[in-house]
Amino acid sequence: MLQFILWSVLKVAVVTVVMLLGIAYTVLLERKLVGRIQNRWGPTRVGPFGLLQPLVDGAKSFLKEDIIPTGVYRPLYLLAPILALGCTLILIGVVPFGEPFSVFGSPNLFQISDVNVGLLVILGVTSIGVYGIALAGWSSNNKYSLLGALRSSAQLVSYELALGLSLVGVVLRAGTLNLRLIVEQQGTRGFLSWNIFGGMQFVAFFIYLMAAFAETNRSPFDLPEAESELTGGYHTEYSSMKFAMFFMAEYGNMINVGCVATLLFLGGWTNPFGNSFGTSHNILVRALLPLFWFVIKVFSFLFLYVWVRGTLPRFRYDQLMNFGWRWLMPLAILNIVATSLWLAYR
Amino acid sequence: MHLILFLVFAGLCLAGAINLLLQSHPINSALSLIVVMTSLAVLYLLLGAEFLAAAQVIVYAGAIMVLFTFVVMLLNAGREERTLGSRVARSIGFPAVVAILAVIATVILHTHGLGVARLGDGITSTEELSAVLFTKLLLPFEVTSVLILIAILGAVALARHGSGEQTERTGEE
Repeated sequence: MLQFILWSVLKVAVVTVVMLLGIAYTVLLERKLVGRIQNRWGPTRVGPFGLLQPLVDGAKSFLKEDIIPTGVYRPLYLLAPILALGCTLILIGVVPFGEPFSVFGSPNLFQISDVNVGLLVILGVTSIGVYGIALAGWSSNNKYSLLGALRSSAQLVSYELALGLSLVGVVLRAGTLNLRLIVEQQGTRGFLSWNIFGGMQFVAFFIYLMAAFAETNRSPFDLPEAESELTGGYHTEYSSMKFAMFFMAEYGNMINVGCVATLLFLGGWTNPFGNSFGTSHNILVRALLPLFWFVIKVFSFLFLYVWVRGTLPRFRYDQLMNFGWRWLMPLAILNIVATSLWLAYR
Repeated sequence: MHLILFLVFAGLCLAGAINLLLQSHPINSALSLIVVMTSLAVLYLLLGAEFLAAAQVIVYAGAIMVLFTFVVMLLNAGREERTLGSRVARSIGFPAVVAILAVIATVILHTHGLGVARLGDGITSTEELSAVLFTKLLLPFEVTSVLILIAILGAVALARHGSGEQTERTGEE
């Protein structure tokens, strides 16, 4: 029991540090890539290729003056950023990063907790994360914040339906809600057995992708923070580290959404070539190669995110709602029906 | 271990419920209700009902309560006002609650054949749950979903009835 707790604490600490670093460097990735898309360099001054920029930015937001406006409702104003970032960091706890692997009788090192209903845990924690944004906007006592929060919660609630329904096809195919088992079922014949190709779930993947952009408040669905209309959106009244916490929560959510897409549609940690190159006997290679594939897949998802942001303009609010309810929802339901029929006839 | 967790979350649940009644601002009450819902989910988990726990968080804490807070935010509801009516409600309400709780408790305590729930590691898997739901309890399950459908249709009909002209106009646009 004690050993289990110690291992868990170690895993949580390592994963949290890696996650926070990942968030910091996702910000840099975005600034660099958007810079290149717009034909400029992005940050280059701090460190080689601007690689130390995130650390400096972090230090800056810690040292800045923390202003709490007089009109805010203090308890909720302080609770909101903690809730937003907390939910983001909790989510990563159920994600399996690599093939089950243990040393010295430890539990599986590449997953903090292997939950039977892992997928539902992810959906549940995501839906709690809405409160961070909603409460921030309400407690700020500012009309722009409130409008941003209202937009955001309406958007999150509407697209969560499409998101959840798009995952049903995958669950039907896998017959389980356990993330590790869902990935293991996709590992038999390389990329041909991934859910997006072999599982014929590309429609579901498309719906998931759209809904994920909306869920993370990212462009082209970044209406909650449309700066031309709402100054800053729900975090207008936040400064220094509290603002940084919302910022980190947003990028953390991008990483989480990328992890879920990787696990459910792109075969998680499995090798795209299947067993055609044989398996290595070196224990280090066997442990780290799956991790490498997982990171590559999540990275390409993040790349896509930034690419879309640099390319597409913002939607109008009614277009967003129409698209979510009139197109994505029915499409997701059709996908469920089609997948069930296919599974029944097979 | 299970007992400690049970005591902690049962206490949290009760504290949330009492706080829900004591708070005078609607958003605080709504947040207390979220605390009640999530700690109930943990209690379900302790009883081995993992699917129910996750559904409790997703549906109640995540979806329904978001709509509650959404409405409170949208109406910008202020603090509740104390009137003569609220004093009367308090003096009648507390004895009434005690009476109703007493009736429910006696009925439950006198019923035979209720199973015993145990805290423990035993978990009812989602497969088992869905097997029961779609074979033994199929009729009640489907009837409940029809009931919810009726509620949705009713809500749409009511909303359309009030703003008939407005919907026609937006339809033309």
